[in-house]
Amino acid sequence: MSTPSNTVSGIPVESQAGAAAVITAGRRMYWSVRRELWEYRSIYIAPLAAAGLFLLAFVTGLTLSPAHRHEGLDTPYVFAAALIMGTGFIVGIFYTLDALYGERRDRSILFWKSLPVSDLTTVLSKFCIPLVILPLLTFAIALVTQFVMLLLSSGFSVGPLGARMSFFHMSLMLLYHILTVHGLWYAPIYAWLLLVSAWAPRAPFLWAFLPPFVIWGVERIAFRTSHFLAMLQYRVTGPEPPTTVRSGNLMEMISALTPAQFFRTPGLWGGLALAAIFLAAAVRLRRNREPI
Amino acid sequence: MACIEARGLRKAFGTTIAVDSIDLRVEEGHILGLIGPNGAGKTTVFNAILGLTPYQGELKVLGRDPWTQRDQLMRDACFIADVAVLPRWMRVCQGLDYFAGVHPRFDRAKAEGFLAKTTIQRNSRVRELSKGMVAQLHLALVMAIDAKLLVLDEPTLGLDILFRKQFYDSLLNDYFDRSRTIVVTTHQVEEIQDVLTDVMFINRGRIVFDCSMEEFERRYLEVMVNPENIAAARALKPIYERQVFGRGILLFDGVERQQLAALGDLRKPSVADLFVAVLSNQSGAAQGGAR
Repeated sequence: MSTPSNTVSGIPVESQAGAAAVITAGRRMYWSVRRELWEYRSIYIAPLAAAGLFLLAFVTGLTLSPAHRHEGLDTPYVFAAALIMGTGFIVGIFYTLDALYGERRDRSILFWKSLPVSDLTTVLSKFCIPLVILPLLTFAIALVTQFVMLLLSSGFSVGPLGARMSFFHMSLMLLYHILTVHGLWYAPIYAWLLLVSAWAPRAPFLWAFLPPFVIWGVERIAFRTSHFLAMLQYRVTGPEPPTTVRSGNLMEMISALTPAQFFRTPGLWGGLALAAIFLAAAVRLRRNREPI
Repeated sequence: MACIEARGLRKAFGTTIAVDSIDLRVEEGHILGLIGPNGAGKTTVFNAILGLTPYQGELKVLGRDPWTQRDQLMRDACFIADVAVLPRWMRVCQGLDYFAGVHPRFDRAKAEGFLAKTTIQRNSRVRELSKGMVAQLHLALVMAIDAKLLVLDEPTLGLDILFRKQFYDSLLNDYFDRSRTIVVTTHQVEEIQDVLTDVMFINRGRIVFDCSMEEFERRYLEVMVNPENIAAARALKPIYERQVFGRGILLFDGVERQQLAALGDLRKPSVADLFVAVLSNQSGAAQGGAR
């Protein structure tokens, strides 16, 4: 069963191969991440919209009741940051659930696989979005929002910057919180969602949230305990600060763990190990999966 | 060096055998048409060649194992897997940027040149383009890659005849240069007959026919037999007979031209006719017996 090569004399391929550009792994990664931002514009639109809406509400509040503007000045700042971070978290969940499922559903996986980008690069670039891009983006948006708030409120009466906490200090704490909790601490959550997204034959949302629910139910009925639920809660609420500082304000509380404490938390390393396992499985699945 | 070499390539989905231990060798510089009915295993063979599906048996594409080295293989090979796999959200310029960003052998200027001949706007999204334009875009992207192997799986499905003709014309004129290898499958066999250098029929996961187009033209002749000669013609053992307007058209394999010319009007058989002949003979014979 061979095709005789009598029709065309074989020209050595090597001599025909033109000079190929050198593409480094970093460049492939960069373009893969950019590709994600092209496809999922909600990654930056949603936090921007949340910030815009918040500012609108803030301005309305200032105009309607200017008398209250000095009360609890840091509260709206924390609230703005929390709102934008919360939006980022939700976007991250929906993004990771669709990232490896959507390309199978619309068959574009065949197109992506026709390019010299490995499954590992693809999955890592998709994981980069909730781990690095979304935290940095939400931080930048939150920072700008808070700065605009500062300008707006000080524009009415010059001088009184929130006395309890300097703006700079607050921003640094916010960055620290976003990078540690939203990036590293939530890594296993996003990795799990990516894994489900790579595997689910349909309805990835259901497959992502049903198994934990079932495990919780089974544990509750069989052992009358709720360790699994506690574990999930621990993962979602973040590493707990020592109880002594819990009485402080919200901003202090969320960044109460010093870097030394944070990086000594066993939950962090356990979570990262779990994330690595989930990701490795997602890479394998992406290699195997065909369009739905 | 063979571009594609398979020995005992086999793939089963559960109890269904999609590819039944086939041997395959495609030399470089050839344009091979892989023809088969629906469900014959064409796409499975392609998926194995492109590293999209695991398989049993031996398979080397451009000297690499496609399943474990897909990303390296894709530097030298590219494929258009049916129409409409371009992501619908993508803008034309984003496609160009991305290819230039990740593909070492992509020549952006060349792709821009191909696109300039079309009416495709740089800023359009794929979902805004017509089916024919999407095919043009995909072809422009792929032809700008200096690849050694191009695999086309039903690249013109659902396109009108003008687009189809244009597609193969530009493939031949602007792309193929005899150092590249193209493997193509389509149901519109007659349209690519003149493009191919080799043809292969696949049925029920097995290769049932395999020859070069030169050999095909040398060996096969079709005669529209005059009614009075029909018995004499049948005595020469045609491989297939069909009736058109009451006259028998008989297909012969390796019978002398002069001998046949005496029986009626000689015609150049089409690959499609031979395909029908081979497959209907095969369904009569024991499965796989025609190998």
